[in-house]
Amino acid sequence: MEILLQQILNGLVLGSVYALVALGYTMVYGIIGLINFAHGEVVMVGAMITITMLSLFQSMGIELPGVVVLLMAMMISVPACMLLAYFMEKTAYRPLRKAPKLAPLITAIGISIILQNLAMMIWGRGFKSFPSVIDVEPIDFMGATVTNLQIAIMVVAVLMMLGLWFLVEKTKLGKAMRATAVNQEVAGLMGISINHIISMTFVIGAALAAVAGVMRAANYGQADAYMGAILGLKAFSAAVLGGIGNIFGAMAGGILLGVIESLAAGYIGDLTGGFLGSHYQDIFAFIVLILVLVFRPSGLLGERVAERA
Amino acid sequence: MNKTTKYGLLLLLLIALPFIVNATPFLGPTWVRILGYAMLYVMLALGLNIVIGYAGLLDMGYIGFYALGAYLYALLSSPHLAESGLVAAALDWPFWVIIPLCAIVAGVAGALLGAPTLKLRGDYLAIVTLGFGEIIRIFMNNLDRPFNLTNGPQGINNINPLHLGDHSLKNTWSLFGLEVTPVINYYLVFLAIVIFVIFLSSRLENSRIGRAWMALREDEIAAEAMGLNKRNIKLLAFGMGATFGGVSGSLFASYQGFVSPESFVLMESVMVLAMVVLGGMGSITGVVIGAVILSVMPELFRDLVNAIQPVLVNNITFISEDTLRNVLDASTLRMLVFGFAMVLVMRYRPEGLFPSTRRRQELHDKDDEPFDSAHYVKESSHAKISADEPDNRDTTGEGR
Repeated sequence: MEILLQQILNGLVLGSVYALVALGYTMVYGIIGLINFAHGEVVMVGAMITITMLSLFQSMGIELPGVVVLLMAMMISVPACMLLAYFMEKTAYRPLRKAPKLAPLITAIGISIILQNLAMMIWGRGFKSFPSVIDVEPIDFMGATVTNLQIAIMVVAVLMMLGLWFLVEKTKLGKAMRATAVNQEVAGLMGISINHIISMTFVIGAALAAVAGVMRAANYGQADAYMGAILGLKAFSAAVLGGIGNIFGAMAGGILLGVIESLAAGYIGDLTGGFLGSHYQDIFAFIVLILVLVFRPSGLLGERVAERA
Repeated sequence: MNKTTKYGLLLLLLIALPFIVNATPFLGPTWVRILGYAMLYVMLALGLNIVIGYAGLLDMGYIGFYALGAYLYALLSSPHLAESGLVAAALDWPFWVIIPLCAIVAGVAGALLGAPTLKLRGDYLAIVTLGFGEIIRIFMNNLDRPFNLTNGPQGINNINPLHLGDHSLKNTWSLFGLEVTPVINYYLVFLAIVIFVIFLSSRLENSRIGRAWMALREDEIAAEAMGLNKRNIKLLAFGMGATFGGVSGSLFASYQGFVSPESFVLMESVMVLAMVVLGGMGSITGVVIGAVILSVMPELFRDLVNAIQPVLVNNITFISEDTLRNVLDASTLRMLVFGFAMVLVMRYRPEGLFPSTRRRQELHDKDDEPFDSAHYVKESSHAKISADEPDNRDTTGEGR
């Protein structure tokens, strides 16, 4: 029973990160119908810049509470990622908006490779460990262990999702975003600046991704230049699971995928009689993705998927 | 010079190439080996070209089929299974059984993979295939327990070379006093297969099936209205492309003598994709040239970087040595060039460097530009086409 609870808790932490990344995929997909392959790389850049800034602050000998130092580092890394996403959209995607579907998809893959290798040039190939600015304390919760850091991750993720919900549903910008998603031309005729709205979508997604990257790196205590690729894929799977284009779908799908993955990794050894072990953890996201595509292509909450290529 | 003489001369040159390279002082056997790998990449790229170029389906896990072929060959033609106690004696199946088997297994895997994504938008396919490529790699990495099938990350060694009885490609023999070494043997065999694959591709392109693929790529609804069976034709594209991948994988295993999961990472898929994109999707000449450029260029690059790196590291002091080594890493630089190539080609020349006529027209078609009025669209596309290709108006169907 403790193991089950423990796995669910781990899954919720994992899922909060997936959900934040998935939101970026789903928002961009909902508005321009593009899978932004480079989104995972934004997550990585966010984590890496934060780690660099934290190391810098430590070497400067700044004596402040850990949370404040972390916030200071994120004040730099999050806007950096937002800028990155802005220029990414402007240089690689905007000129191809009217091109055939394959073209922006290939530039997206290209951008992702460029970012990954630039990161390798800047930060090297190995792991960067996350500076221990926050004292991680385990807390006992009904027999399972959860750290204060993990609780913080879940709380921040929920707060950010609420913020996004508020932005999309209650502000003028959100209204414009929804209008653009429904019909670009008509939204343009109503006086909405389409280019601006699309840029904003990328930028907001990047902010969420950067925070998710920091959470991920803090939780595992390390980050490397490859972390974005696989995390991005899983988050995309989560977005599909929830119904791509649907913001609540991405939230639900992310958390659900985290729990599924964690439970599957915990129990696969017992279920298959030791044939498969927890090192197969990475395949569950893809299996979920394929199953969803076969049985419910619109995902849990989505409607519009089965368009033509 | 007529066409036959031209192709004959080209063929002679290609046959003579390994001997010339082998005798050249700076190049030598290493470069003959690289030429062999270039041939394998040409096969892979032509296979992917069927899926992406003809049928317009973005397959990001293409290397998975390559891996399937390679591991199948490795298992059936090496002592590995006997060593891990799964079979009694070392397996040494003849290549004319294994290679068709690889083709069939890869083809079926391709069709199975394509099946769930048929009804969906093209970009889902990219993700699902990407996931599939990763799943294959993860299994290969981990199937060394509970029983040792793939030997995990170490991979499988001692794979037999292609051989028929005692005649093996690993034998050196002489022809009119010229020494034909194993790498040259392989090169010549690969060349023959590449020529066959090119022949097959061009026949496919102009066949009923090839036209059906292109019709589906350009307008699915119209193609279906013309009575094409979308499902079967797409599955056929997947299967056919995967078959090419499986066969080149088995050749790769025999050529290299060992296989390990790290030959089949996602970046390899991306590299093959970059070859197809750079050369020109759907154009056989383009894809062949793209594959040769992108497989030979990194090696030149590596030599260059290896020559420059120590000099720079010794002379530049204001940047730390580690940083400099990271920046001047040959494989990182190579991938960076691929990334830029993909972005720049798509941005400025989406039809690729050596495009096929049809693809070029499709990509420069301004028919569905959303904001302009119909009148303006017609005029601008006329202007575009007549400036580019003055006599082309009849064949493009513009101005009808």
